[in-house]
Amino acid sequence: MHTLLAAAADDQWITLDWASLGSTFWPSTFDGLTFGAIYALVALGYTLVYGVLNLMNFAHSEVFITGAYAVVFTLTSLGFGASPPNLSGPEIVLNLILAGLAGMAAAALVAFLLERIAYRPLRRRNAPRLVFLITAIGMSFVIQNLFFVWRGATAEPSVTMFQNKAVFDLGGNLIYMDTLIIVIAAIVMMVGVDQLIRRTRLGRGIRAVAQDPDTATLMGVNRERIIISTFVIGGVLAGAAALFYIMKVPSGAIYNGGFILGIKAFTAAVLGGIGNVRGALLGGLLLGVIGNYGQVLLGNGQWTDVVSFIVLVLVLMVRPEGILGSNLAKVRA
Amino acid sequence: MTSPIEDAAATQSHLDEQSERPKRGPFDGLARRWDHLERWQQWGVLALVAALVYLLPVLNPPLITSEPSNDFPITCANMAIYALAALGLNAVVGQAGLLDLGYIGFFAVGAYVTALWTSTDSTFVKIPYLWTLPLAMIVTVFFGIILGLPTLRLRGDYLAIVTLGFGEIIRLLATIIPALRGQVGFQNVGAPPGTKSDGNPVFANSSGTPWYWLTVTIIILLMVLLGNIERSRAGRAWIAIREDEDAAEIMGVPTFKFKLWAFAIGAALGGLSGALFGGLNGFVNNQKFDVQTSMLFLAAVVLGGAGNKFGAVIGGALVAYLPLRFTGLAEYKFLIFGVILVVLMIFRPQGLFGARNHLLTYASRARRWLGEKTSGSGATAVPATEESSS
Repeated sequence: MHTLLAAAADDQWITLDWASLGSTFWPSTFDGLTFGAIYALVALGYTLVYGVLNLMNFAHSEVFITGAYAVVFTLTSLGFGASPPNLSGPEIVLNLILAGLAGMAAAALVAFLLERIAYRPLRRRNAPRLVFLITAIGMSFVIQNLFFVWRGATAEPSVTMFQNKAVFDLGGNLIYMDTLIIVIAAIVMMVGVDQLIRRTRLGRGIRAVAQDPDTATLMGVNRERIIISTFVIGGVLAGAAALFYIMKVPSGAIYNGGFILGIKAFTAAVLGGIGNVRGALLGGLLLGVIGNYGQVLLGNGQWTDVVSFIVLVLVLMVRPEGILGSNLAKVRA
Repeated sequence: MTSPIEDAAATQSHLDEQSERPKRGPFDGLARRWDHLERWQQWGVLALVAALVYLLPVLNPPLITSEPSNDFPITCANMAIYALAALGLNAVVGQAGLLDLGYIGFFAVGAYVTALWTSTDSTFVKIPYLWTLPLAMIVTVFFGIILGLPTLRLRGDYLAIVTLGFGEIIRLLATIIPALRGQVGFQNVGAPPGTKSDGNPVFANSSGTPWYWLTVTIIILLMVLLGNIERSRAGRAWIAIREDEDAAEIMGVPTFKFKLWAFAIGAALGGLSGALFGGLNGFVNNQKFDVQTSMLFLAAVVLGGAGNKFGAVIGGALVAYLPLRFTGLAEYKFLIFGVILVVLMIFRPQGLFGARNHLLTYASRARRWLGEKTSGSGATAVPATEESSS
């Protein structure tokens, strides 16, 4: 509070701290990549639904936060707390997998219910786009406030998953365990989704519906099943992202915690090219890094959000189709 | 026997009636009765309603009054400010069909403009409060154009997400830019001039009534103005864009230009209501501008019936009024209005009052007038085909 008053007396608007950006360049890059991997996983949920339904699923951020709550609840009930658990490596891995599965299941369930309760009735009625969008934002709002009424305005007690150690040294810069786990796991999952879209029967269905829903239906694709599967895949990925998010931000489970992350993930999707699976990964990593540089440069953690938003506006202004540009429908098997 | 052309005309008029009123709502009967009133009768009713609205904080009706912890005139002033904001958002969402989810951002910018140029805590040049109202509108229009230019060329989803982000970013900036003073905020925000006989200012922060009257007057003026815009080329363009943007574009409507207009007008009204809000409270900090309030504005517009300005005003007033009337609800207000939003969208997307399609209204009036003139065969043909088609 004191610093705030003192700073305000100078009537200070924005200061750029190039020196600390220079000195912490590599650590903030790695940190940015970690967050970027999380954004990318959430971005996939937006991108897939956008590809299939042409709908910006605002409530996806709440799908994610449900996953985060499920992860925290599972870990707390398994005895995890603010300090790292006193368990052996394999036990921790087992517990984390369990928590991740719980997060995925919860997030996928919410995504499924969302589609059934909110979007399907509208599709049946052939509602105009505006109605879809308002419903989407309304559902996001409802789920957020359900958590608010249930868990209150404070974050869940923080959960530390393991003692974060430096794994190896990269030219004088230490790479930590969480960065390594998150980035590798996220890339593996993204490759998995990419292959699923390109090679499997389900993926072919998704691409067909994205390309032309009516023709796909005439060719025997069960559109409703494809849509539901897309929502569930997005939910599973959001659940995985939630595990990594809690790994990185131990007290991240708060009722409105998904909101900003959702906007950033959407930004990542747009940056890479909405509807493009590889674009989501690229956009996520880029946005994570850019946001982190902005935060260091401008000297406050909340600048990440502002910088990401400015990136979104700039991308829409300069190249609205994103870096990689293509959409789900144009993916070749 | 009727000729095929008359048959077709009758069927068409039947279809028109159906498309005008897709579903019967609670206030459809009221709307129909309203249409059948003469012009002078409509004005009379409006004058009566306006008088009642003006007298509301003075009358302080027993059942309607807010709970003792909330001063009723101040409640009224808040209702009016929300109604004004809803009126502005209605021009964007209801008329032009653009989803603006960051309306609170414009509201906040308006409030901060007032604070920066009138508060004793600000280092800016001081100007009289009333001058900050147009200034707030100018600044918010500027922000609106900055946001609108890149996004309005694209599909509606992008506008939605960008405005959603904008609402949150403005709040964040108010927190992290030192000059905007975060939670400490700005005290002693200005007010319109004038002192009472006892030397106290008329527009004190503790007396809601003058603020209420000021805001209601602004609302009435703006409703007349917006009504005229709705009946102008811009209004017709907005409806065309809302109903089918591609078709409108093909018919030669410069959609981007008119979308930007709608967005800018909405932003200006958001800024205006924010400036009034800042003045009423006499204090502006970063706490009252969270994105959730944006959703309340949206709920107000949807509840009243997107595209109906009377509905929007009533919706806005209701959204402000209910949490203050039933303080037990206040904690759940976001949940309640969120659920209302979704339920309305799924079951009654046209809201309580519904958009009144003025163009079609005029068409049906014209047809009625023509039918009276020609009389005879045309009039008898209508019931006959209605029977056969029903």
